[in-house]
Amino acid sequence: MLNYIMRRAVAMPFILLGIVTLAFLLTTITKGDPLTAIVSERQMNNPEIVAAAKARWGLDRSLPERYVIYVANLVTGDMGTSFVTRRPVSRDIAARLPATLELVIAAMAIGSTTGILLGLLAAYYRDSVIDQTARLFSLFGSSVPIFWLGLALLFVFSVHYHLLPGPGRLDARLTPPPSLTGFMVVDTLLAGNPAAFKDALLHLILPSLVLGWTVAGSISRIVRANMLEIMEREFILTARAKGAGELRVVFRHALRNILVPVLTVLGYTFAYLITGAVLTEAVFGWPGIGSYAVIAARSLDFPAIIGVTIVGGMMFLITNLLTDIAYVFANPRVRLN
Amino acid sequence: MTAAAMTIAPAAAEPLLRVRDLKVGFSTGSGTLLAVRGIDLDVSRGGVLGIVGESGSGKSLSMLAALGLQARNAVVSGSVHFDSQQLVGRQRKHMRSLLGSRIGMIFQDPLSSLNPVMTVGDQIREVLFLHDRRLTGKGATARVLDLLELVAIPQADRRINQYPHEFSGGMRQRVMIAMAIANDPELLVADEPTTALDVTVQAQIMRMLRELKEKLGLALILITHDLGVVAGHADRVAVVYAGQVVEEAEVHDLFADPRHPYTRGLIASIPKLTATGSKLYSIPGAPPRLGAYPEGCAFHPRCIHAQDICRTTAPPTMAFGGHRSACHFADRLPPWDRGNEAERQGQNG
Repeated sequence: MLNYIMRRAVAMPFILLGIVTLAFLLTTITKGDPLTAIVSERQMNNPEIVAAAKARWGLDRSLPERYVIYVANLVTGDMGTSFVTRRPVSRDIAARLPATLELVIAAMAIGSTTGILLGLLAAYYRDSVIDQTARLFSLFGSSVPIFWLGLALLFVFSVHYHLLPGPGRLDARLTPPPSLTGFMVVDTLLAGNPAAFKDALLHLILPSLVLGWTVAGSISRIVRANMLEIMEREFILTARAKGAGELRVVFRHALRNILVPVLTVLGYTFAYLITGAVLTEAVFGWPGIGSYAVIAARSLDFPAIIGVTIVGGMMFLITNLLTDIAYVFANPRVRLN
Repeated sequence: MTAAAMTIAPAAAEPLLRVRDLKVGFSTGSGTLLAVRGIDLDVSRGGVLGIVGESGSGKSLSMLAALGLQARNAVVSGSVHFDSQQLVGRQRKHMRSLLGSRIGMIFQDPLSSLNPVMTVGDQIREVLFLHDRRLTGKGATARVLDLLELVAIPQADRRINQYPHEFSGGMRQRVMIAMAIANDPELLVADEPTTALDVTVQAQIMRMLRELKEKLGLALILITHDLGVVAGHADRVAVVYAGQVVEEAEVHDLFADPRHPYTRGLIASIPKLTATGSKLYSIPGAPPRLGAYPEGCAFHPRCIHAQDICRTTAPPTMAFGGHRSACHFADRLPPWDRGNEAERQGQNG
């Protein structure tokens, strides 16, 4: 098993190189000219300025040259400089990734708890009112557009009832804590600022609820389908014949047997949300990596686009590896073979 | 007989398990389909009752329902008394205190009956902890090791941490047995305990069940489609057809003088080592589908003795001492001769 994980870990850089290459090639086939992001429209007619800009950003070199330079820099952790922010892409991403991670982790906590519980309930009370309600709730979450759901919840809880704060991560009147982890909730705690901590937590509720609701649907569907199958198995009858209560039957005997498919969907969902939370970030003014990617794409900010692609791909690879490791603990048969 | 012995006698006569008019139905869109249609059974303390029938006859379902383990959409009626306590309609919580402690169960396929992601030791420990909250982890492990030794699993201290897939079929069934007898039950229900096993292992498991029965003094219900298993191990036999007991007798009486044509057909279809070259007999036709029972006697379409009355009227149960048969002609069937039975049925069927 350790061997398998090692092999996977060794393969990771090569897969990453593939992602880099693809992302790099994709930027070259886009119609737009990245110079528009660098040089203002008026100066576009000035060949000297254009030539200077091209030389400054390396756009005068051939594609293979640019590729080699990029990869060589990437190895040292240098992802180039953003055309738009004029800062190193790696620093931009480092500043924004924690915000997204904070949001996604909170959303995953909400989404997986509700998703798993709803799936269990729906399967246990198959075809009953509980099943139908759980399925409707899941369907609603996964089919209603985030921009609508987000705005609706903002309107109700923030604008109308003033129960929760509006967009952003922290009230503008509060001083942000020094960024140690990048997680607002953690940093406010570390800074010993309970008022800011409470405010950061309240700011996190609505966006993570919206994002969590949208993923709860797919999680509960997987849980329900697998539970229906497992609950028909004979060892469930054995457990009951031993005198086990229903809670024990469901959580100790059945749930443990569906951990592999559940972990798969959780891992995939987490990785997807890193770049897929963009709509939620947009609605809630959340300065995460998704909104950064949108700005980058709109202004043909190639270094930023490739940077985000690499980070997104890396998140998938890491989550996949972690899921694989988790399988080992979930299924004893994997452990031995 | 002393006075003391006489006062004990009536209590001993009271059966450990008494089932009366047990019915199990499944509600569907077009009404309730009965799968078990009024079964009466008695199991005495320390006795072995064999319940024989084809698959789908309702033999397993009736015992599951008697113990409250039926599917959720099943409807159960009738009465089931275990040690004089009524079980039908009892709350799940109360049933749970009996199941796994005073009543143990083992099932047909030990691989699918064991939880694949729990170690064998944990699964046995669980049944101990469920019924003894004061048990310590150490005490439980010691008990598990004793149990594994009791069911003759070698290297128990190593095996305890292994998973079911690391065991052979016979060893798995031993684990199931260890789990079922962990809390010294009074009744062990074995549902086709050897069907999924190799022939050589079948004999070992049956021998073990019998030894444990003697050692622990438990009563055994042996649910099987195999009359051979019943002949070798049961005291009494109930033959189930289409959700009803068609014949019930002491095992010797049943084989010596079967009083129901279905039982006769079953016995005739046991392959014989001596009858070389002769064709293997089987009862013509197929058992009725759930809910599609023929009018009158459910067996009449397959019966060579069937008369008009069998097609219209359900047969009453006739008793000949301890021998009961639900056949209109139970007292008038031709004398039993196993050799001729196959021949006769073969000709007419």
